[in-house]
Amino acid sequence: MSPPLVLLAGNPNSGKTTLFNRLTGSRAKVANYPGVTVSPFSGILRLEGVGLGLREVEILDLPGTYSLSARSPDEQIAADALLGQGRRADAVVVVSDATALARNLYLALQVLETGVPTVIALTMMDEARAAGLTLDTARLSEGLGVDVVEVVASTGEGHDRLVAALSAALAPGTLRPPRVQTPLASEVEEDLAPIKAAVASTLSPRSETEARAFVLWAALSVGDDELAGVPAAVRSAVASARDRAQQRGADLDLAIVDSRYRLIDGVLSGACGPVPVNRRTERIDAVLTHPVAGLVVFVVVMLGVFQALFSGAEPAVELIESAVAVVQGLISASLPEGPLASLLSQGVVAGVGNVVVFVPQIALLFLFIGFLEDCGYLARVAFVIDRVMGGVGLHGKAFVPMLSGFACAIPAVMATRTIESRKDRLITMLALPFTSCSARLPIYLLVVATVFHGDAPVFGLLSTGALVLLSMYSLSVIAALAAAAVLRRTVLKAPRPTLILELPPYRRPLLRNLVVNVWQQVRAFLVDAGTVILSLTILLWVLLSYPRLSETTEVFAAQQAAAAATLSGEALDTRLTEIASAEAGQRLRESVAGRVGHALEPVLEPLGFDWRIGIGILGAFAAREVFVSTLGIVFDIADADENNQSLREALKHATWPDGRPLFTPLSGVCLMVFFVLACQCMSTLGVVARESRSWKWPAFLFTYMTVLAYVVTLIVYQTGRILGIGL
Amino acid sequence: MQFMTDVALGILPARPAAVRVVRLAEVAVGRLAVVRRLTLPRAIARRLLELGLLPGTQVRVVRRAPLGDPIELRLRNYSLSIRRHEAALIEVDIVP
Repeated sequence: MSPPLVLLAGNPNSGKTTLFNRLTGSRAKVANYPGVTVSPFSGILRLEGVGLGLREVEILDLPGTYSLSARSPDEQIAADALLGQGRRADAVVVVSDATALARNLYLALQVLETGVPTVIALTMMDEARAAGLTLDTARLSEGLGVDVVEVVASTGEGHDRLVAALSAALAPGTLRPPRVQTPLASEVEEDLAPIKAAVASTLSPRSETEARAFVLWAALSVGDDELAGVPAAVRSAVASARDRAQQRGADLDLAIVDSRYRLIDGVLSGACGPVPVNRRTERIDAVLTHPVAGLVVFVVVMLGVFQALFSGAEPAVELIESAVAVVQGLISASLPEGPLASLLSQGVVAGVGNVVVFVPQIALLFLFIGFLEDCGYLARVAFVIDRVMGGVGLHGKAFVPMLSGFACAIPAVMATRTIESRKDRLITMLALPFTSCSARLPIYLLVVATVFHGDAPVFGLLSTGALVLLSMYSLSVIAALAAAAVLRRTVLKAPRPTLILELPPYRRPLLRNLVVNVWQQVRAFLVDAGTVILSLTILLWVLLSYPRLSETTEVFAAQQAAAAATLSGEALDTRLTEIASAEAGQRLRESVAGRVGHALEPVLEPLGFDWRIGIGILGAFAAREVFVSTLGIVFDIADADENNQSLREALKHATWPDGRPLFTPLSGVCLMVFFVLACQCMSTLGVVARESRSWKWPAFLFTYMTVLAYVVTLIVYQTGRILGIGL
Repeated sequence: MQFMTDVALGILPARPAAVRVVRLAEVAVGRLAVVRRLTLPRAIARRLLELGLLPGTQVRVVRRAPLGDPIELRLRNYSLSIRRHEAALIEVDIVP
C-alpha cells in the first residue's frame, strides 16, 4: 500500500520550498505527471513514533500558485489531487506568508472548502513581527476551523508542531465537513444550480462538501482554459450559470471571489492588527527600481550573469573536455584498435562528455536564478525590462532565459520554468534557440579567418571581423524576436501576454535552498535530457563511422607498410600522420553520413555549399562547434580547430570541380547565416523534449528552424550571386 | 469577451452620471484609489480578482517601472505589478 499523500500548497514566494526541503530532507524525486511541463517534486516524510503505526507519508510539493482555479494542465494537478478521479490527497499543508495573509488565505480557504484535512503553516512570522504585525494565531485557527502552526523556515522552529498537527490531520476519521464554508448570497446559489446538477450527474462526488468545492472550482476555472477532462455538460452548465448571473446584472466570478475575501477579511479583522509597511523593501526598491539607478543596476547584474555564464563555466568545461580526452586516450591505449574501442571512445565516452559538459553552465545559471528569485530581484528584473519584452509580445520573465541563450540554449530552455503560462513558456522555448550561443562562435571565427581580412578596418572604427560578428548576433536577435511574434500569432495562438507579477519583499536567500535547487535541476537534466543526448551521440557516431569498407583498410595498410619500408625517424612519423589523416577522411566520406552529405549536394549547392560542407553540417548536429573538427577530417587535417592554420589554408584553396573557389565572402556569410538559423544541436532538441514533455515540439522546432535556415540562406546566396557581391 | 463587474452587487454606491470615469492607469504615483469596476477580458479579470483586486479594494500606485511601464500597486499588504494597458481597464475612485 502506498503511503498517505500530503500536498504542500502555497503562494509563490511563501517559503513553501524551504519547508518542503526541511520536511523531506531534500531527498526529493520528480513526480511523474504526464502532459505537465513543470513537474512537481515529491519526497518522503517520516513520522517516526507518531500514533497509529503511521510511518511514512509522501509529500508532493505543488508548484506555487495563488489559487486552485486552473487554466492549464500544470495548474490542474492541485485541483485533481483534491477533487479529481486519480490518487487523492489525504491531507494538505497550506503554506501561508504571514506578511501578506489575506492573499495567502484565499488559497487556504479554497483548500478548506474541499473538506480534505488541512493544516496551515504560517511562514515569515519573524519578519512580520519585526515589522510590527500583531497576529493572534489561536483566533485565526478558530475563525478558519483549522490548525494554524507558526514555522520559521531558516531555523526549523515550529517544525515539530507542524508534524504533530499533520499526524493529527492524517488520523483516521478526520474526513469531516469543514468548519468553514464560504457563504454565498441566495441569488448566487440559484445561479450555480446548473453547475450543481452537471457536477452531480457527471463527476459522482463523494460528499456534499466535495460537490460544492467542485462547483466553485468549475465556475472559476472553465472558460478560456486549456483543460482536458472537464465534461462537456459541466462546460455548458458554467456558461449558462454565467448567463443567469449576467441577466440579473451580476457577475458570477466576482460574486464567488468577493464572498471568499469577505470571509477572510472578517476572520482577519478579529485576529490581526493593522498591517505595517515593509520599510526595508521600500528602501531597496527606491534604488533598484529607480528610473536611472534601477536601469544601471539591471544592466550590471545582467552583464554579470551573462559574463559568468559565458566564461565562468569555461574552466570546468575545459576540465570535463580534458577528462574526456584522457579517458579516450586510456581506451585507445588499453584496447586494440577496432570497432569496440571506437564505439567506447567516440560513441559512449564522447556522448557522456556531451552531456556532462553542460552541467557547469546549468549549475551556474540555476545558482544565479535561484539567488535572484529567492532574494526577490528576479521579479524586479521582469518589472524593469517588461516594457521592452512586451513590445515584441514576450513576457518580462522571458528576459533571463533569452539572455542565457547567448551562452547556451540548454540551460536557457530549462530557465523558462519561471514563466507560469504554458503557452508563453513554449513560445520562449521555441524562439530562444535562435539566440547566438557560444557554440556558434568557433564557426564564425573560422569563416571570418578564412574569407575575410579580419583586421581590416571598416568605417575607420570597427574591424571587418567585429562587423561580421555583430551582424550575426543582430540577425540572431531579430530571428528570435520575430519567431516569438510569429509563433504567438500562428502555432501557439495566444493573446498578448499579460503581466500580473507579484513583487515580493526582499529576503535573504538560504544557501541550503540554492544548493538543493541547483542539485535537483542538474540531476533532472542528467537523468532525462542526458539519456536522450547520449543516445543521439551514439547514433550519430554510428552514422559517421559505418560502413567500414575492407578495401579502404587494405589500401591504407599497404600505404603504411610502404612508408615503414622506405622511411624512418621523423619523416616516417610525418608520413604516418598524413596517412592516418587521409584514412580518417576516407572513412568519413564512405560512411552513411558521408554518403548522405554527398547525396545532399544538389540540395545544398544553391546555398553555396558542397558535399564536404554538407558532411560538416551533419556532424555539427552533435554540437555546432563539432562542425570545425568534422570539416577538418573531411579535408584530411588532423585535430583541427578554428585557429588551425592548415585548415584555413585548405579551406581557402578548396574549389568546386569547375575550379571556382568554394569559400568566398558570399558563401562564408551564407554558412554563418545557416548556422545562426538552423537548429544544429541535438542537445537542444533533447532538452526541449524533456521540458515540453513531448516529442512534438522538438520535431516542430527542428523543422521550422531548418526550413527557415535553408530558405534564408538560399535567398542570400542567390541574391548575392545575381548582384555579383562577394563572389 | 468583455468582463463587466459592476456596482450591481451593491458594493459601492452608484456614481453620479456627471462624474468623469477615472482609470487606474491615470492615478498619480503615491495616490490611493478604490477599485470600482474591471472591464478586462475574463481570464485576466479572474486572476486579478483572486489576487484580491476587487471592487471596493484600496490600491496605492507605488511607482512606475524605470521605462514607464508596468506600474507597481500596493494592495492587501503586498505589491503587484500590472501593465498600464490593463490598468487603463480598471475604473477607480480617487481617495481624496
